[in-house]
Amino acid sequence: MRLLAVLALVSCSTAGETPPWHSPEGPADPDPTLAAMPPATERTEVPPPPFSEGIFPCSQCHSRAPANTKRRELTFHREIVLAHDEGHRWCLDCHDPDDRDKLRLASGERVAFEESFRLCGQCHGDKYRDWRAGVHGRRSGEWSGHKTYLLCAHCHNPHRPGFHPGFRGEGPPGREPVIPMPPPVRPGRR
Amino acid sequence: MCGDPTDRRSFLRQVAGAAAGGVAAGLLPSCVGERLRDLPRDEARRRLARLEAETRARFGREVTLSAQEAQPGVVFGYALDLSRCIGCRRCVYACVEENNQSREPQIHWIKVLAMDKRRGIDLVHADAYYNPPAVPEDGRFYVPVQCQQCDNAPCTKVCPVRATWQEPDGIVVVDYDWCIGCRYCMAACPYGARHFNWSEPGLRAAELNPALHYLGNRPRPMGVVEKCTFCIQRTRQGRYPACVEACPVGARKFGNLLDPGSEVRYVIEHKRVLILKEELNTMPKFFYFYGT
Repeated sequence: MRLLAVLALVSCSTAGETPPWHSPEGPADPDPTLAAMPPATERTEVPPPPFSEGIFPCSQCHSRAPANTKRRELTFHREIVLAHDEGHRWCLDCHDPDDRDKLRLASGERVAFEESFRLCGQCHGDKYRDWRAGVHGRRSGEWSGHKTYLLCAHCHNPHRPGFHPGFRGEGPPGREPVIPMPPPVRPGRR
Repeated sequence: MCGDPTDRRSFLRQVAGAAAGGVAAGLLPSCVGERLRDLPRDEARRRLARLEAETRARFGREVTLSAQEAQPGVVFGYALDLSRCIGCRRCVYACVEENNQSREPQIHWIKVLAMDKRRGIDLVHADAYYNPPAVPEDGRFYVPVQCQQCDNAPCTKVCPVRATWQEPDGIVVVDYDWCIGCRYCMAACPYGARHFNWSEPGLRAAELNPALHYLGNRPRPMGVVEKCTFCIQRTRQGRYPACVEACPVGARKFGNLLDPGSEVRYVIEHKRVLILKEELNTMPKFFYFYGT
């Protein structure tokens, strides 16, 4: 439990004292280890979700048409390739059909994009635990104090999360092929 | 002859020339100097101020030189996720910039070794000079190696002048003004983690990181040994080392081994962990793990 004590997260947007994995209006936290967490003592920052430019809020377009849950060829969002357990899921299993600016947990609870890790954590519990402990994913800041976390979606394309060797710049930044920095100079060759 | 205590090296050279061999250390006059840690506080402060002024004058830039001591109750540990590292070498160059390594001749405190997945961890067949158009390469994995900050460090035991030692927070440091450049420590280190300044380090004023620590990244003279200090100038202020923040895949973890809530402790308690050359009983505080 002490382990979790240092992991209290405070979203930079709200800057309050509640860790973002506690939904303010939602029901009791589904994860008992989270509910039992002591109050936040150390502050952690999460940068805003990596939306494509001009895409958010989703409701600017989606409030006009009724929700269509049918699996179909999309006419908009054509760049999205769904390769993430696509046999069992379609858009509105994760995006809330009634409030497009929110995501939706299996329980029906709505969560903000800033808390998308709760959605991912429903299936990827082991990674979620490691991420909260500061072990999965990148951290910057202080080893004993204020840290910056990243959301899952900062590194993984939520629609197509696999990392494939040779992928070419699709999806969010950071997915381009990585060019290594120069190798060291061999001794004796100057 | 007994002027500036930092002229000890040239003084010793003269003594060695004059005296026939066995000059016992105790017979040397006191003006030879002391390690900074052996000086009384006010004298240490004066020497720091003088060194700071010298560095400022040499580089023509504002610098701060600290000798901040270890925090009580802290022993630093490091964990590196072998299943994440993609061998991009961002850590290598972040380290060079943070710690004012010589650019020409080149000194790297971190060496990233590419290894064959078929062979597993095999230092004999490791390749440090890989240079493909993109990483990671098929069939390979990467093991970055730097100072392992051994708890039972062979390098500190062989130093004939005690110019290198382990600090209370576990960091193995070098007093560059006390090192005589014999390189015994380099021979003793099983990890190739110590590096020698064969010539005057090539570091331009524009490249200088001005936040300096006496035992860490302050500019080194020619003829001394240097090594990774877990970014002592950052970590003693509570910050992550530069390599941790530079890693694009988040493979590098750092924290206090004595704090059960720290990231390194979580790794050690929950993951498959290994250390390099375990059979040598060096007891590294640098752990490799598989995060998946």
